[in-house]
Amino acid sequence: MDVLNVEYMLGLVPVLLRYLPLTLQLAGIGMVLALILACLFAVVRVLRIPVLNQLTIVFISFFRGTPLLVQLFLFYYGLPQLFSALTVIDGVTATVMGLTMHFSAYMAESIRAAIVGVDRSQTEAALSIGMTNGQLMRRIVLPQATRVALPTLMNYFIDMIKATSLAFTLGVTELMGATQKEAAGSFLYFEAFIVAAIMYWIVVELLSKLQNYLETRLNKAYNR
Amino acid sequence: MIKLASLSKHFGKTVVLDGIDLTIEKGEIVVIIGPSGTGKSTLLRCINFLEQPTSGTMTVGDLTVDVNRASRADILAMRRQTAFVFQNYALFANKTALQNIAERLLVVDKWPKEKADQKAREILEQIGLADKAGAYPASMSGGQQQRVGIGRAMAAGAEVILFDEPTSSLDPEWVEEVLGLMKQLASERQTMMVVTHEMSFARDVADRVIFIDGGRIVEQGPPSEIFHNPRDPRTKDFLKKILATNPV
Repeated sequence: MDVLNVEYMLGLVPVLLRYLPLTLQLAGIGMVLALILACLFAVVRVLRIPVLNQLTIVFISFFRGTPLLVQLFLFYYGLPQLFSALTVIDGVTATVMGLTMHFSAYMAESIRAAIVGVDRSQTEAALSIGMTNGQLMRRIVLPQATRVALPTLMNYFIDMIKATSLAFTLGVTELMGATQKEAAGSFLYFEAFIVAAIMYWIVVELLSKLQNYLETRLNKAYNR
Repeated sequence: MIKLASLSKHFGKTVVLDGIDLTIEKGEIVVIIGPSGTGKSTLLRCINFLEQPTSGTMTVGDLTVDVNRASRADILAMRRQTAFVFQNYALFANKTALQNIAERLLVVDKWPKEKADQKAREILEQIGLADKAGAYPASMSGGQQQRVGIGRAMAAGAEVILFDEPTSSLDPEWVEEVLGLMKQLASERQTMMVVTHEMSFARDVADRVIFIDGGRIVEQGPPSEIFHNPRDPRTKDFLKKILATNPV
């Protein structure tokens, strides 16, 4: 076995770091949009709003039932074929669309479960003092549901960060795409990909720390 | 003043309240007794619109609604005139004792935060929990939680406070402190409707005791009359059973 080329690895770190922001942007924007969409879906499902409820069920079923890579190809290669106005769709846009829809489908279900899991007596107490439905959702139910949903949502966020690596198949040079190019030039595949792997790993570890911090804060009200 | 006229509630084909007529004067303390499942709690829940009554009219203060024609605004207004104390306390789990009491002033009555907090502190003082202002429900005893529950109802400045078996979930050691607070409120002539199995509270505090069975008011009168001289055989039967286990 050849010795690892450590010097090459160290030199690669600053090169790859330049592409990390794009990876984080893809995941960050995807997560914010997915959260908004997932909350809307969850409320539609909880309140069983006619028509929208059925559409949401089909949407969730499709985006949970098909691979993310297939969805990305559909958005990137498929949509421009159907709608000529979309010929300008670039890889970054297609990736954000794919991540948003794919993960919103999963997240909608955990948000819905968390809302349904808030004790009925909390809603009744809020109604009894004369709160409107909007007020009781915003001030009582959603804050309590957030605490329940947070660990799963953070899991999806972590998953999404790693899923951004699929963007390289659409020609986006994010962390994975850049690593692929560097490796192809130097033929030092192991060195290049282990550096990329460690970078993903560190980002995810930092997020886990954030998750612990948020969980401690949200659990403050529930410690005996 | 509260006036209920032919108030009925059906769950499917089951008649839970069968045309209740009842007038309660301002400052009156009314205790409702009766066997389980006879509509006592449902009656209180209907007045607070936690249940939608099937028919009848309700007057609370200067607000009268025909329950079948009650708009969303009517229902909100009715809820804001009637405060509710729950059997299982139902404090907002994500809010401190102070926030539980201030919540309604802040959100429903749109008071500025400082004024709402000030009022909530005064109430905490009255219910003897000034030192628990920052405590969350999970860290309080059942008795303390129920006292905050009563404090939350007091903050409403409601026409009437509805107590739905306020001591039934409590360990025996906490019952007295909750009843004590209710007696204090009664002595201030806060209008109260109380569903309870605490017969000594009924005897000592109530102006009027109402016996409900089968969704109807069977008998009502001052506690001395109901407890010592019940007329209806159902009242006699119920009192005999409950006083055997829960002596006055």
